[in-house]
Amino acid sequence: MRTPTLRTGWAILVFALVLLPLPLLIKSEFWLTWVTLALFYAYLGQAWNLLGGYGGQFSFGHALFFGTGAYCTAVLQIHFGINAWAGFVLAAVAAGIVGAATGWLVFRYGLRGSYFALVTLAFAEVFRILANTFAFTGAGVGLLVPLQPGAWQMQFESKAGFFWLLLILVVACLLFTWWLQNARFGARLMAVRENEDAARALGVDPFNTKLLAIIASGAIAGSAGAVYVQLFLYIDPGIAYGPSMSVEALLVPIIGGLGTVFGPVLGAFALHTIAEIGRLVFGEAPGLNLVLYGVLLVLMVLFLPNGLFGLGRFGFGLRRRLQRKGGANA
Amino acid sequence: MIKTPRVSRRHFLAGTAATAGLAGFPAILKAQPRTIKVGVLHPVTGPIAPSGQQCRLGAKLAIDTINANGGIASMGGAKLEPIYADAQSRPEVGAAEVEKLNEAGVSAIIGPFASGIALATTQAAAKHNIPHIVDVGVVDQVVSRGLTNTFRFGPGLSKIVDSAMENLVALNNQAGKPAKTVMIVHEESAFGAGMAKTLNEKLPALGFEVLETIPHANPTRDFNNIALKIKGRNPDLLIPSNYYNEFVLLARTLRQQKIRPKAIYSILGGAASQYRFVQEFPDAAEFIMDCNHWFDPRNPVALELKKKVEAEKAFFSYEVFLNYECVRLLADALERAKSSDRAAVNHALASSGWSNTFMPYGPTKFVNGQNEGAAPVNTQILQKDIKVIFPKDFANAKPVFPAPKA
Amino acid sequence: MLEFSILLPAILNGLTIGAIYALIALGLTLIYGVLHIINFAHGSLLMLALYGVFFLHSLFGIDPYLALPVAAAALFGIGYGLQRFIIGRASHGKDENILLVTLGLSVIIENLALYLWRSDTRTIETPYSFEVLDFGVAFIPVPKAVAFVGALLVAALLWLLMTRTDLGRAIRALAKERQGAKLVGINAEHIFAMSFGIGCACLGIAACLLLPSFYVSPQVGHAFVLVAFTVVVLGGMGSFVGALLGGLIIGVTESLGGLFLGESLGQLGIFLIFIIVLLFRPTGLLGQKA
Repeated sequence: MRTPTLRTGWAILVFALVLLPLPLLIKSEFWLTWVTLALFYAYLGQAWNLLGGYGGQFSFGHALFFGTGAYCTAVLQIHFGINAWAGFVLAAVAAGIVGAATGWLVFRYGLRGSYFALVTLAFAEVFRILANTFAFTGAGVGLLVPLQPGAWQMQFESKAGFFWLLLILVVACLLFTWWLQNARFGARLMAVRENEDAARALGVDPFNTKLLAIIASGAIAGSAGAVYVQLFLYIDPGIAYGPSMSVEALLVPIIGGLGTVFGPVLGAFALHTIAEIGRLVFGEAPGLNLVLYGVLLVLMVLFLPNGLFGLGRFGFGLRRRLQRKGGANA
Repeated sequence: MIKTPRVSRRHFLAGTAATAGLAGFPAILKAQPRTIKVGVLHPVTGPIAPSGQQCRLGAKLAIDTINANGGIASMGGAKLEPIYADAQSRPEVGAAEVEKLNEAGVSAIIGPFASGIALATTQAAAKHNIPHIVDVGVVDQVVSRGLTNTFRFGPGLSKIVDSAMENLVALNNQAGKPAKTVMIVHEESAFGAGMAKTLNEKLPALGFEVLETIPHANPTRDFNNIALKIKGRNPDLLIPSNYYNEFVLLARTLRQQKIRPKAIYSILGGAASQYRFVQEFPDAAEFIMDCNHWFDPRNPVALELKKKVEAEKAFFSYEVFLNYECVRLLADALERAKSSDRAAVNHALASSGWSNTFMPYGPTKFVNGQNEGAAPVNTQILQKDIKVIFPKDFANAKPVFPAPKA
Repeated sequence: MLEFSILLPAILNGLTIGAIYALIALGLTLIYGVLHIINFAHGSLLMLALYGVFFLHSLFGIDPYLALPVAAAALFGIGYGLQRFIIGRASHGKDENILLVTLGLSVIIENLALYLWRSDTRTIETPYSFEVLDFGVAFIPVPKAVAFVGALLVAALLWLLMTRTDLGRAIRALAKERQGAKLVGINAEHIFAMSFGIGCACLGIAACLLLPSFYVSPQVGHAFVLVAFTVVVLGGMGSFVGALLGGLIIGVTESLGGLFLGESLGQLGIFLIFIIVLLFRPTGLLGQKA
């Protein structure tokens, strides 16, 4: 499973450089928004990928962290007048804390696999109901962040500002994931993913490892929630804690390639390209693009369990094998 | 069923490509537009779809009528071109649709019916300074955020609740004060929650005791527990504030469980001023009172429109006539502005004094986005018909209160 | 304030809705007990069944109770096909894959429904929709009473199927000892598909009993998935009696929760039970140790 390290580093650099000037080149507001949203979903997917792809713990309720971050920054801005950037940081912290709490509870009692997936879903639902009840989260009405255009309140006047913010976040995450793949923590995490009991026998503490992973994953997802709120200036219990964000969060890395650095980015762009094509072909029909997602997911699981990136690696591995055959014996 | 032409992605992409190509081209060519694009944004799918579809019908009828009568005269007979959008009963979808309408180049947006959605869409429209006429969306916040592009033609919550309270007190006094205790049942989004909050502030001061306030989701399909609570508390008055489906279900459940408060005094009750409700469930509907948007029952234009709507096998509900009048308000503003430029339309609306409406309003006067001339009326369902009981100027029946025992 | 006259009807109400939950959970627990898969698509299939019953009524005027055999058979067929041709092929040896495939299926079904039938909530009106049975202390709506009786009948039928028929024996054999069952000639793929099909048939029946007092919309399945899982986990994966018990308990919890805490907050009880059972007693009330 080892990816050539330096190659990944260069890839990240190229990625950043290629995307950097896009807002200056794309004149259409529509396409700029499209690319910005694709980056957003890539970022969310990267968060999930940490826990699910590298850690092997499939969370079906990642909206739990996303929503907590979103509400945190919205509440802080509306009720306490706190600056949006500070809200962004605090959102990540809040979501990280929620990650720590749920992780501690759930891992301590040894919930794995399908049970883990189900319990994360239940937690997301619990939070949705709570958000729907209390006045300070706006109950069923939701929260509207006041319109205060300006970069210092993270309400960029043009989409370009959001694009660059998300690009920075995505690249930062790419670098972090790259580091993870080669660091000892990453090795421990992946060992737990492959075989938790064997890892324990080798001296890895699965509990701590998984706990750290869920905190990091949660914090990043929470910061994504904060960005969402700034993009749309509106949040309600359904968006924050409902199933759609949870599904997007897991689909993106699965389609793109679990446990790979670029998987979520690939997945996000692929999924949203398909969604656009779907919309072009099917018109404005609500729901059809998600049908497409579902079909893709099923097809992926049936035929391509390693995702799109697996395709690439398959091709790469094939070339290597052919080379070896042609050249000297290994 | 109304045919709803949808803007295909192709059109948007084509439009955007054209705009992209023209980027940097100086906009000196201000040719006289042959059509004026108007965004018609309503929740035509989702839990509040029935209302959204009625709204769209009203807007469509008005646009058709205006175009048939020669369009906007001061702009060379330019026709109104509706661009329909679906808010899918969700605020974030509404806001996204506003962005699309912006790219389609609309000169104004009419909608989106629900308060929660309106909060999001007006804010999104404000970013592009698109004049946004709110058709219903009664929550006070809609017009009190200082957005200069937002105009609400109908009355807002405060006005409606004040009228309702005034009339309730008058009603109660007239009948010898039989009502003292109240229970409030409301839907949980902006509209219902806003209503409940205001009622809880005003009722005690008027001598009424609020026993309990019960929120419920959209949709809710089982009112048995809520009915049980009402039965347990036995209030004199029940004040519901919700959308059509839930109101009907609540009324029927109460009838089914044989629960009969002295009156069901709804304020903006989702079905209480709806012909459809009266026709389908006359037993559950009888005696229900409402303080709601209504037309002047003596105005010939209104009655004419009512016949036309019923000929299309639709019900003449407030969603229809409010949207109809909002379009006419816009048309008047366009006539005076002589331009479809957004800033000009905003200005024309802000200075509007339009008085040719069949709503029981005074002349239009927008203060901070709210039409101060707007007001609700009180209705009651009597003998399978909806009658106006307050104010006296428009009344065509006497109120029956308290409701006679089963 | 909360006297008997309100508590008792609330409890009775809870029992009737709990019976429906039990019926839905019966199918789920059967599927888990035999195939060891957690069927994420269960809620969406229920939604599909509800739409089926809705259209049978609105287009052909068929009463939901009369549509029972049609709904059961149709859902059986769909379930059989799904297991045989899609889900059965997807595992590749990893538990998570089944979860993902069923998730994918549920996304497809839900959003196809959204596209085809819009997100408007649909209801049907039957002559008995608003009839009530007067039990002296409470009025129980007729459709709910029928649902309660129906659920008990179906549970009994399932039990008979499992214990008295050859098919039932084959299913139990496969569930208990997969290799051994295959060795004695039981066609595993076919029996698995039959089990899945029966589980889905339960959904068809549940839909017929549910629709007269409820509604259908594309999102309705999502709410039921979690409740169904809670019931199964509470009762114990693979136990029929557990599912029945669990369903009734959850129904009453929901009803009382709604009464005391309000409709939204009342739902909390269900998920808290779910989480607590998963954490502290994953085998549930009557389940076998994994």
